[in-house]
Amino acid sequence: MSYLLKEKPKKLINENGLRLDGRKRLELRPIKLKVGTLKNANGSAYIEWGRNKIIVAVYGPREIHPKHMALPTEARLRCRYSMAAFSTPERKRPGPDRRSIELSKVIKEALKPALFLERFPKTAIDVFIEVLESEGGTRVASITAASIALADAGIPMRDLVAACAAGKVDGQIVLDLNSAEDMYGEADLPIAMMPRKKEITLIQMDGKMSIDEFNESLKICIDACDKIYEVQRKALIEKFKV
Amino acid sequence: MSEVVPPLQKNYIANLVKKGKRIDSRKLDEYREIKITPSFIGNAEGSALVELGGTKVLVGIKLEIGEPFKDTPDKGVLITNAELVPLASPEFEPGPPDENAIELARVVDRGIRESEALNLEKMVIKEGEHVWLTFIDIHILDHDGNLFDASTIGAVTALLTAKKPKAYMENGEVKIVDEWEPLPMEWIPASVTIGRINEKLMVDPNFEEENVLDAKICIVFDDGNKICAIQKVFGVLSIEQMKEAVKLSEKKSSEIRQMIMEAVKGEVEKHEKRKGKKQKNR
Repeated sequence: MSYLLKEKPKKLINENGLRLDGRKRLELRPIKLKVGTLKNANGSAYIEWGRNKIIVAVYGPREIHPKHMALPTEARLRCRYSMAAFSTPERKRPGPDRRSIELSKVIKEALKPALFLERFPKTAIDVFIEVLESEGGTRVASITAASIALADAGIPMRDLVAACAAGKVDGQIVLDLNSAEDMYGEADLPIAMMPRKKEITLIQMDGKMSIDEFNESLKICIDACDKIYEVQRKALIEKFKV
Repeated sequence: MSEVVPPLQKNYIANLVKKGKRIDSRKLDEYREIKITPSFIGNAEGSALVELGGTKVLVGIKLEIGEPFKDTPDKGVLITNAELVPLASPEFEPGPPDENAIELARVVDRGIRESEALNLEKMVIKEGEHVWLTFIDIHILDHDGNLFDASTIGAVTALLTAKKPKAYMENGEVKIVDEWEPLPMEWIPASVTIGRINEKLMVDPNFEEENVLDAKICIVFDDGNKICAIQKVFGVLSIEQMKEAVKLSEKKSSEIRQMIMEAVKGEVEKHEKRKGKKQKNR
């Protein structure tokens, strides 16, 4: 793990335009996606995105507990994003911290627009996300995997949700930030979208970017989401082909 | 947010917005009246009461000396917390912060941290050992929509008026002198929350509007025309709407920044007097 760095490296992009993990500026890390990896869940998916390893399970629509959480007109979507203690370079204390509570919420908001929740009033749809190993960009990888786990569970959807991050590193706009770039770069812009109608379902940013840089990042993210969409479709077809 | 909205109300608000009108007769790109009262709490090192229409938010800054985080020994610590106090809305319940309170605190924190508004490197007394811990505590007192903007205005105003005593090392111990100086503030971030109903965007949605919005997004700008934080809170936006929202928020953020600067003018001396009194009372 040559790019697991304790200190800020002098350069995140070298003079040949290559990044610490050898990628070009607009290159995605390799993505492997598998549908239906868990026996008990109604739907599941496993994603390897660079060194990110994330497993997602979907339960439901099912009876909701506690009962008072039931919504009269639609299903309640609940998400739990959780990181394993060994998923980070330093041990992460198990249990939800403020970051994972926020991520659970934004992931829920990213998936919700894709689902026909009104078909299942008074029920719960639970999405459980376990990050087994993290290397930057876990939220977009989680959304990418969760949306095909939902499809695997047979929940009617408007579209899949594909997600990717762009950002600013060493003054350049790059695609798909790894953990060193996330930590030491200037800005990080994760985006999730429903590619068919080009609707953005998640957008967050931290760092500093001009409006022009933002527009450029948005554009490369959209292009990347189209590619990820293809990976998702292939993974689903792979599971259901006869 | 209330979970069941009468469709009549949604249609009413949506039809108004289609004509460029709103239920409280504002324009789509018009904020409600913003009233900022800096240094509201004498015991806090900095504070601000912000009234944004019917929304009331009180932000207090407390400072303590403590240890830095292991991975940033050369920086002070910034901790932001938000309390959705039950007296502010029938939907707020007592207990530990829920996902909405945590999201609010983290978005305000992100705006201040990522814009580098507070220079944390200047909040160090001895590297790796003693640094200033800056606590931003946000109390929502009355909820009439757009908590994000009201809280960011409050936090930034409170930081701008906050004072810290001088501290130095002597024989391996921290000594604090009764000489107060402002915090090392370098930027004034301003956040703009934008809502979408059907195809129309509006700024500063109030409580009733928030309940019927199709999407809500919060964008924070620093005063160098750079975006420093974005959070889509719920719903979906098209790419064009997203770009339009960024443009709109750039324009509105400079207006809000003007208001903050107006409010903190002359506050520095008043605060000094209050602090002086407090010191005598001790």
